Amino acid sequence: MEPFSKHTGVGVPLRRSNVDTDQIIPAVYLKRVTRTGFEDGLFAAWRSDETFVLNQEPFRNGSVLVAGPDFGTGSSREHAVWALMDYGFRVVISSRFADIFRGNAGKQGLLTAQCEQADVEQLWKLLENEPGTDVTVDLNEKTVQCKDFLTTFDIDDYTRWRLLEGLDDIALTLRHSDTIAEFEASRPSYMPVTTPR
Amino acid sequence: MGPAMGKTLAEKVWDAHVVRRGKGAEPDLLYIDLHLVHEVTSPQAFDGLRLAGRKVRRPDLTIATEDHNVPTIGIELPIADPVSRTQVETLRKNCAEFGIRLHPMGDDEQGIVHVMGPQLGLTQPGMTVVCGDSHTSTHGAFGAMAFGIGTSEVEHVLATQTLPLRRFKTMAINVSGKLRPGVTAKDIILAIIAKIGTGGGQGYVLEYRGEAIEALSMEARMTICNMSIEAGARAGMIAPDETTFAYLKGRPHAPQGAEWDKAVAAWRQLRSDDDAVFDAEVDLNADELTPYVTWGTNPGQGLPLSERVPDPADFADETERLAAEKALAYMDLKPGTPLRDIKVDTVFLGSCTNGRLEDLRAAAEVLAGRKVADGVRMLVVPGSMRVRKAAEEEGLDKVFKEAGAEWRAAGCSMCLGMNPDQLKPGERSASTSNRNFEGRQGKGGRTHLVSPLVAAATAVRGTLSSPEDL
Repeated sequence: MEPFSKHTGVGVPLRRSNVDTDQIIPAVYLKRVTRTGFEDGLFAAWRSDETFVLNQEPFRNGSVLVAGPDFGTGSSREHAVWALMDYGFRVVISSRFADIFRGNAGKQGLLTAQCEQADVEQLWKLLENEPGTDVTVDLNEKTVQCKDFLTTFDIDDYTRWRLLEGLDDIALTLRHSDTIAEFEASRPSYMPVTTPR
Repeated sequence: MGPAMGKTLAEKVWDAHVVRRGKGAEPDLLYIDLHLVHEVTSPQAFDGLRLAGRKVRRPDLTIATEDHNVPTIGIELPIADPVSRTQVETLRKNCAEFGIRLHPMGDDEQGIVHVMGPQLGLTQPGMTVVCGDSHTSTHGAFGAMAFGIGTSEVEHVLATQTLPLRRFKTMAINVSGKLRPGVTAKDIILAIIAKIGTGGGQGYVLEYRGEAIEALSMEARMTICNMSIEAGARAGMIAPDETTFAYLKGRPHAPQGAEWDKAVAAWRQLRSDDDAVFDAEVDLNADELTPYVTWGTNPGQGLPLSERVPDPADFADETERLAAEKALAYMDLKPGTPLRDIKVDTVFLGSCTNGRLEDLRAAAEVLAGRKVADGVRMLVVPGSMRVRKAAEEEGLDKVFKEAGAEWRAAGCSMCLGMNPDQLKPGERSASTSNRNFEGRQGKGGRTHLVSPLVAAATAVRGTLSSPEDL
């Protein structure tokens, strides 16, 4: 995973709540067995509408998505994170994220910055008044800046540390292989195994 | 230290699986007892293992099936869609390479991953169960802690049989009273989601309790826990009881003999202590419930069938008003229309929510001696090949076919339309599945979530209906 400390890029206002992962990437795009090239599936249904925000010129190259509450609800598909990142997004700002989406984002290096809804509204106004405006997100300071507007965001300390360091979860866990083996030895004997009886 | 506080069911299961307690902001490392795998969310995880030269730590705690992509007709033929076929073949190769048991298309045990696990007796009380699928919450019906994970976590579990996780909060959902005839588990969960919203359960494990929950069968409990994710919760749980033990006894992977007695004794401890404190509580009275349907494009946008399509202007909250406006535009519905007047083109009976034998029985009872309305297509897709076989032994397939419905093979099918079973743009369905998102059942398709009873009655009348309308 690429370390993340600070990012500046064009902010994209997405005035929608409950942006579920089926909207972020419809199921037909999940049939691939590769890990790259999911950008064509991002918001596929909405992108066929020419008034959709990502079809507007200055927003086309956006990298900071500012969305309504309950972003990433529904299916656990990590493809939603891949699609956002493959398209070029590095940050999503929302007042509330679905748990699984947020976890997936943290594993891949997509920063989910949780702000107050009032801050999201303020960002929407700024980005709509002057399309193409940059947003700067600083993970060290936990701040979001857009023109003169500066606010803070929430992220749990552990995910923040992993993002800053760009650390791979599996390697971290494998440091505790002996502890896992000890735990395994203490599991009750009646617990099932999947091998056929 | 003061007196020890009681624990909730979720806390008991969590604490029993902590391999290593996190220090400071670090998450706990939890052991995973059962890992269910399917073709869609696993290929990149297996690739990751190969790239890093890692093995699957416990193939004997892992099991796979093919469900999302599989066609439900012509299953003896190769899959026509080359991309779907490649994905299924990739799973077969990966399972062979890493030594994982797989139930492929055509196998007696094949089916939706959340139907297969319980019917094999692999899902048991007090376990931790994960799968790269958000509806893993289904398995919480057994008093297991079961939750959906992303592909990075699938790889993590394959490699380590553990997951680093921060403790969930706990929410009690107390459902008092008794369900009236014609009202089902699906109506309970749709009412709960309408009440707390799609974000209401975020960060929580829900524990469903109370008289109405205790009265439910295991299959009905699975319907409830299945949709916990639709309220934003990672998991839903129900304390195991005699109903749970009776369901499990004799299943292929249930403990036997002395091990069974030992297991049941341990399982009996799996309930929230009387002095346990939940982080939140929600109450619902089952006496007052009537059949529920959704009118919008998220599962929280539901109402009793007797109501009318709401007017967005009546929503006080600005975000909800905007969401309702967008939903009605997408669903092509006018405020004030009685929900019973909404005409459908398709009825879908199936999915990990409502594709089990009892669901099929309930719908068949309504359809017996009746016909699916002209111009309506009804698809009946059993959750697994076992369910299909059991239904055929009872003659349910004949009831469906005589009514004019299509009797299919097992899979996720039209719940998410990754196989050929899809809505066409503008088509409208009554669906026993779990998500009414825009385009979920096919691009431009419109979905109303309903119970199996409402699905069957709707098929007969052609408009959203309950059996008492017949």
